Parts: sequence; structure tokens; C-alpha cells
Amino acid sequence: MVESAAVPTLVLQLQGVRKTFNPGRLNAVEVLHGIDLTLHAGEFCAVVGPSGSGKSTLLNIVGLLDRPTAGTVAICGQPTHDLDDSALTQLRGHRIGFVFQYHHLLSAFTALENVLMPLLAAASSPNQQMVQRATDLLDQVGLHAYLAQPATQLSGGQQQRVALARALAMQPALLLADEPTGNLDTVSADAVFALLRDISRNAGMAVLFVTHNEALASRCDRTINVVDGLIVG
Amino acid sequence: MTASITTHISNTLPGWQPFEWIVALRFLREGRIQTAFIISGIALGVAVIVFMSALLVGVQANFMQRVLTGQAHIQLLPAKEVVRPQQGKIAGPSAKVLYDAIVQAPLQRLKSIDQWQSIAQQIGRMPEVLVVSPAATGAGLILRGDTSRAISIIGIKPELYFQIVPLADKIIRGNLRLTGADILIGSELAADLGVGTGDQLHLTAASGAATILRVTGIFDLGNKGANARTTFVALRTAQSLLGLTGGVSVLDITVRDIYAAETIALRIRAATGTDAQSWIATNAQFFVAVGAQQSSNTVIRLFVALSVALGIASVLVVSVVQKSREIGILRAMGIRRGQILRVFLLQGGLLGLGGAIVGAVLGALGLLLWQQLQRNADGTPLFPLTFDPVLFISALGLSMLTGLVSAFIPALRAARLDPVVAIRG
Repeated sequence: MVESAAVPTLVLQLQGVRKTFNPGRLNAVEVLHGIDLTLHAGEFCAVVGPSGSGKSTLLNIVGLLDRPTAGTVAICGQPTHDLDDSALTQLRGHRIGFVFQYHHLLSAFTALENVLMPLLAAASSPNQQMVQRATDLLDQVGLHAYLAQPATQLSGGQQQRVALARALAMQPALLLADEPTGNLDTVSADAVFALLRDISRNAGMAVLFVTHNEALASRCDRTINVVDGLIVG
Repeated sequence: MTASITTHISNTLPGWQPFEWIVALRFLREGRIQTAFIISGIALGVAVIVFMSALLVGVQANFMQRVLTGQAHIQLLPAKEVVRPQQGKIAGPSAKVLYDAIVQAPLQRLKSIDQWQSIAQQIGRMPEVLVVSPAATGAGLILRGDTSRAISIIGIKPELYFQIVPLADKIIRGNLRLTGADILIGSELAADLGVGTGDQLHLTAASGAATILRVTGIFDLGNKGANARTTFVALRTAQSLLGLTGGVSVLDITVRDIYAAETIALRIRAATGTDAQSWIATNAQFFVAVGAQQSSNTVIRLFVALSVALGIASVLVVSVVQKSREIGILRAMGIRRGQILRVFLLQGGLLGLGGAIVGAVLGALGLLLWQQLQRNADGTPLFPLTFDPVLFISALGLSMLTGLVSAFIPALRAARLDPVVAIRG
């Protein structure tokens, strides 16, 4: 079982983050032009902006999936610019959870096994506490009856809830949600959003929630608007 | 947690399985048709290798068994007689040596090995040598009534010679007793002459010496010609018949390592000046044939292994492409590159092992079937096949290794996938 980490108040700190694709070439494009952003524990922050404005790139950099060309990223107070791939992977696995627009569940596994995956990868082999944690999480997202169901046999909304439970498995300090409701109908989208809101509030987890849905964005603690690679409000 | 969940988990994710094993096994199970096809391909390849290798080993072992239980590993013969051309000198300012223009090849008379007893002792002291058996051999004629047969007389010391050629296994009537008045003859000769054990035969050597001997045993060497010609008598009897009083024309030798026979023969030749011939030299054609067989077998094995490797690699490359999004999400969840690498290496290894197990069973069944179908006229197996565990274990090991090696490039590709690109698809 993964130990519960003491969550620091300042979860995310971005300073002057820039990102250029194909740097030094003729087709070089700077998509982020110096982003400053802080996020505290328990804060639920919506990220809005038109397509191509740099939201996903920002999320990838915050999620340590990509490195900024300039600027610094600190997760839970730990600067990341000098970490190697292995250390970044470890930090990502223990501090950050991801929910994507498409759930990306492992089709060969059941709902419960999908939630177990991050725990298994961190602890090598399954044990009773892990299974208990995964079961509790699926219970929390209302899927207790579908534990042994293959992931592919669940509805879109159910699969997204499994993805949410999986993202929470390691008790992350920061949850990155990239349009998790984008593929869902209004009812399912509302249900998933409400669930996310409740869980983050109860767990004191910071959430960066990318959405095009203004109604959902208005229900967040804070909204940042990304336009042409800059935060404008 | 309910009992059903516990059962579900313990069935699907056994506690002993590390993460990599769980994912690798599940990926293989998910693409079960693909997995079944590639395992069948590997199995066929391994079955061919097992079958061919066992057959080749069987042919060789059968030949060795037939040859080496019928002859000595090394035979020492007297040095061949040579003729040196006569020479003369011309005196005077243009003095030079002249040789005869024509030199006739000498006749090779039957003669004894010079100092054979000391040579036998000298060879017997060599640590590589097991038995040294003297023999006097020559041509003769058997007379019975109006019938006569040309034969080969082999005079032996039974207590030594039977350690080299286990004639007891080949006796079909009578026994192996061989005193000065006894003779052992082949089954074909006995049939031609109409004699049985206890009958007497008149034996004349090429030199004209003659004696009467009693048939004490009739043998079958498994060769019609040999059964019609070969006779065994006591060494002293042969010596007096062949005019080799006190001498022997052959020293038969067996050695501990049959494959070292040629080297030992060369050493004996150098040490004694006699003509030492190993079984390897006298059966050189067989070794050429075996060498050719082994080379072709190796080439076939190489190509089979190559096609197996390419099959595994192509299946895993497709799998990496199919699962790139899942790999991306696993990486995003904190799964390390090394873990992804091991997941795909394991799949390669497991495919290799699975295919090898099925292939080994198929190969063994093929051998059994071959043994049933390919038989001698009398219904006995053409030659006995041995199921060497080393062959099967090495087939398993090599197949698994091939699986691992061929999985390396796809595994590396999976491990190096950029999660951002993979998730975006």
C-alpha cells in the first residue's frame, strides 16, 4: 500500500513557463509565452480557452509529461527542472493523477484491475490493502456492482468514473483533468463533475480542470483563461 | 470486501505475480488468436528442429554402435614393404647418381608385426588405451566333402578379443569356447557347408598347412558376406596355419574416447613405426556424410530460428502499435520505462517458451510416429531413437532466448514511446 503523503499547501507553482516546439528550426513555434500559475491544496481550478490556445500543452507540462523550454515547474514544493526521466516518472506516479477526455482504460482488465494498476506498478505485486483501496474507490464513484466487469463492457460514463477512480488510486496531491466530460452526455457529465468536485474537496486535492463547458467552469473555485499561450484572466 | 471480490482478484491477479507478469500475460490473453497463431508457428519450427536433431543423433549413434561393436577402434598392422630404387654413380667430371628408371611395387607378404609383444605392452601402458588384443589373420580354405569355401582366418586370444568385439551377443548356436582344436564360423558359412556345432571341418591355409577343427559356435554378424567368410580360431592355431609362428599380423586396440582414436593412432604410429589405422580414418566417408548432414541441419535450424524470431518480432511490433495509447496512459500513471520494456520482453519470452513446449511435444510425437512407420523387414525399428532431455531443454532455452532477443526492439520502442504522443494517438 502506498503511504499517504502529507499534502503541502502549495501544490503547483509555475514561473515563466515557455514552450517552443521544434526550437532552433525554421518551423519553430512558441505555444506558451511565459505562464505563471500557482495552485493550492483543495483548490478546484478550471482552465478554459479556445482550441489551440495551449491548454493541453500547459497540462502536459504541469503533469511532467513534457518539459518546458524555459521557466520552472514545482510540484508540492519540489522543483522539477533538474530531475531525470526516472525521477519525473516517480514524482508523477505519486503526486499527480490524470483523467483524459477519452478514458484510456486497459481493455484487457476489469474495472477493479484498472484501478489497481498504478498501485501494482508502484508495489510490484498485488496485496490485500491495495485491493481494498481500489474497491473503496470504485465504491466511491458508484461502481461497486461493476468491479469484476471488463472495462470494455461499461458505458462511457462508467468508464470515465473508473478512470477517475484510477487517477485517485495513489492519493495524488494534484489531479489533472483534460476535458473529462467532453465525450459524455449532459447528465453523465454533471455526475462526473459533481463526483470530482466532492472527492477533491474531501481529499483536499488540487484540481486543474480543462473544459470547454462554461457552465461547469463557472462552478469551479477559480477559472483561468488561456489565450494564445498566455493566461489572460 | 466481499468474498466474491477476493476470489475474483485472487483468480485474476495471483499474489506471486509481479506487475510486469500480470500485464504481459493479460496482453497475450487479450490477443489470443494472434498469440495462438504465433505459438503454432514457433511450435512448428521447434518441432522440426527437435525431430531433425534427434534423427541425426540417432543415425550417428546407430552407426557408431554397429561399427564400434564389430571392430577395434585402432588396428596396428605391420609396416608396408617398400622398394628403394637401385642407384649407381658415374665417375668423371660429370659425376652424378643414377637411379633405376622402373621401380615395381613390392608384394605385401603376410608377415608379423616386428617386436609385437613389446609394442603391445608399450601401447597397453598408455592411459587412453583400454584393451590391446593380438591377432593373426590370413586367407584359407574350408573343405567338406566335395564343397570348399574361401574364408578369412582370424586367430585370436578370446579373453582379449571378446572385450573388443562382444561376440557373445552374436552367437546364435553353440558357445564361445576356443581351444586349439575349435573354430567359430558364421551362419552363412554353416548353412553353405551344412554343418552345425560339434561337426568337424578341414581347414587349409593359403600356405598349404592344414588342420581339422571342431565347430563350437555359429555367429551372426548381421552381414551376409561377413557371415560367409569370417572364422575365428585360437591364436596359436592361426599362427601355425599361417606360418606366423610366435607372430601376429594385427594388434586390435580399443580406447576410452572413441573420438580421440585418430590422434592416438598418430601417436602410436610415431612411437612404434607401425601402420596404425583408426576407425575414423577407415570410415572417413561416413564422417564426410555426417559433416554434410550436420551443416545442412545447422543451416535449416538457423533459418527456422530466424523465421521464428521475425514472427515474434512482427507480432509484438503490431501489439506495440495497437497498445500505444494504453502504454502512454501507463507511463502517465507513473509506470517506468523499464517496466514497459519488461512487459514486452516477457511477452516475447513467453511466446518462445510456449511455442517451444508445444513444439517439443510435437517433435517427440513425430519421432514416435517415425519409429512406428519406418521399420526393418523383420519389424524391428530401423534404428533406436533416444529422447535426449538435453535436446529438449536446449530447444526450450534457445526458443525462449530467441523470443527475448526478437522482442527487444519492439519492447524498446514501447518503452521509448512519448506518453504525450501516445495518448494523443
